[in-house]
Amino acid sequence: MKEFGYTVHKERLIDYDRNDKRVLNHLKKHEPSVLTCIACGSCTATCSAGQLVDFNIRLVQTLLRRGEIEPLKKEVRKCMLCGKCILICPRGVNMRNLILAIQTAIDKLQ
Amino acid sequence: MISFNLFVLPFSFGLIYLLYMIIRWWTKWIRALPPEDRARFRKGIFSRQFFSGLKEVFLESLVHRKMFRRNALLGFMHMSFALGWFLLILAGNIESRIYSTSHVNPPYYPIFLKFFIHDRTVLWFEINTVPGFFRFLMDFLLLFILSGLILAMIKRGRSRWFGMTRTTHSQLTDRVALVCLWLIFPVRLLAESFTDGYYGAGGGFATQHLGNLFAVLFRESSQHIAYALWWLYSLALGIFFVTLPFSRYWHIPTEVLLIFFRRFGIPPKRIASSFSQVEIGACSRCGVCIDVCQLGSAARIHDIQAVYFLRSVRDEQVSRDITLRCLVCGRCQETCPVGINIDLIRLIERYNFSGSHASDFTYLPEPAPRKAQVAYFAGCMTHLTPSIIRAMKGILQEAGIDYHFLDEEGSVCCGRPMMLSGKHEQAGELIRFNRELILQSGADTLVTSCPICFRVFREEYNLPVRILHHTQYLLELIKSGKVPLQTVFRKVAYHDPCDLGRGSNEYRAPRELLAKVAELVEVPEEKEDALCCGGSLGIYTISSRKRDLITSDALDKLTSSGPEVLVTACPLCKKTFSRLAGIEVLDVAEMVYGAIPE
Repeated sequence: MKEFGYTVHKERLIDYDRNDKRVLNHLKKHEPSVLTCIACGSCTATCSAGQLVDFNIRLVQTLLRRGEIEPLKKEVRKCMLCGKCILICPRGVNMRNLILAIQTAIDKLQ
Repeated sequence: MISFNLFVLPFSFGLIYLLYMIIRWWTKWIRALPPEDRARFRKGIFSRQFFSGLKEVFLESLVHRKMFRRNALLGFMHMSFALGWFLLILAGNIESRIYSTSHVNPPYYPIFLKFFIHDRTVLWFEINTVPGFFRFLMDFLLLFILSGLILAMIKRGRSRWFGMTRTTHSQLTDRVALVCLWLIFPVRLLAESFTDGYYGAGGGFATQHLGNLFAVLFRESSQHIAYALWWLYSLALGIFFVTLPFSRYWHIPTEVLLIFFRRFGIPPKRIASSFSQVEIGACSRCGVCIDVCQLGSAARIHDIQAVYFLRSVRDEQVSRDITLRCLVCGRCQETCPVGINIDLIRLIERYNFSGSHASDFTYLPEPAPRKAQVAYFAGCMTHLTPSIIRAMKGILQEAGIDYHFLDEEGSVCCGRPMMLSGKHEQAGELIRFNRELILQSGADTLVTSCPICFRVFREEYNLPVRILHHTQYLLELIKSGKVPLQTVFRKVAYHDPCDLGRGSNEYRAPRELLAKVAELVEVPEEKEDALCCGGSLGIYTISSRKRDLITSDALDKLTSSGPEVLVTACPLCKKTFSRLAGIEVLDVAEMVYGAIPE
């Protein structure tokens, strides 16, 4: 009873000091534009897939930084690579290679 | 008596090795063909196509017709080596047969003929019928090749005279083979001259006179010098033949096979196959593709051009980043003198790198379009340029067309961007969805505003309906008088989108439309040579800064004759140009819509 309201589920715990940075590091090297994102959400607003399903490039960025590889892998599968987001992005993030490079990095882990 | 000297060994060994390699690889490639293609090959050999193939081999591999069309000096240089050497071998063989006492000659015999025969009395044919014919011919052909060699040397320093700004960076094997190739002919000239000079007979107009001079200068020692030169000549030939399969010159035998593959109707494949391997081997690394690549000329990326890409594929050293760093604009393919399907090979390699990840498109809805005669598909990119949609809706309404806007609520991607990443299966899922959508609309005409969609609809969808780009459809409407037009007097430059022009071979419709509503100005590189806007979906690994360099460079050229409006027929080109253009950028549809009288 005394722990009411303060319980943290272990699987929901994100320890930024112990994040799995392997995929992020691969991207820093192969698609450094990923770091320039300001999370404005323009990509998500214009996304073709995002109109049909809950798909959010900002979520991809968050999962990437948290090192949550399994959900990341599932998320990027929804992308159709149509490229509208690249034209909209005010920061020049190369979203299409972001998606492909995440998949390549995950392949390398296995 | 068999003529023999130890120095023929390097040449003979080299020749045997080269023939072994050619036979080995040709059989390997032919046997690896799928059964239906092997049947085509067998059938082709005994058909008329075989002879038209031979003709093409003569015109392209020897005369280098396409090189001539590009630049006369470049063409002459290639022709003098290829045709000159071929004729030298041919004439040398005939000559040796006539002068020889035996009917069976070893293969080295014609090559070193002058070493073995310098006695004039043997030359009964020439004395009795055409005096000095072969001596003249052989010298003439040798000088013909040497003229090409001099051009090749000049090209090293003055490539611009040959219509090339940049030339290929060569590999070690290429350099070894090149040095040997360059040595062969001058050494042959010297060896023959020294021999003719020493014996005082047997030479032609060049070799004899040069030889006489050497005989005066070097006296008795010219015999030894000649012998050393014959050794050098044989060594140069031998090393050239041995390095040939590992150098750019491997294209010589491979291109011949490629020409026959094409003639026999063997189609290119989407995955690595004999055909793609033969195409990769047939690249002569002439470097014609280097200058046309905008990544090099505008964005200063110099390691990904077709010649380097194909070389790294052949050497099995291609990297993912390089494979994905290409606009797939098709400019190199258009200019390639061998006609290699470069874009296709690019996509094959991308397929090999595409990894294990499946897509998850379970979210795609059930397609439920309204029935109509005409289906309009705007495409993802057109949704980013609502003015094009507005124009199209306005024109279609004006013309009173019963149409259904298939993707009014947002597009599902046509699948081409996914294909460009090498993910065929995933693209297939998107294609299946849109195909169903189009079929269910019951339309007999499909109109799209996006050349990217247009191309994939035509190439991959296998639709039983008429597929038109909006420029083609609008031209039809105007010609049938359904849309009244007035000319708006504005100077416009037209930019050919890659997937509409080179990709779908449509250059006429947009120009005809524009001619009706405005004044078209000259553009330096257009139609087949049109530039990419820089926004291409074909490239994955490039920074936005480099993209901007390509766009600015293309804009400079497109606006060089001072148009008021830059017109294109692709929403992606429009969107890309608009960001950096100093003038208005419009789609052809917008121009047409603007020309409809109030």
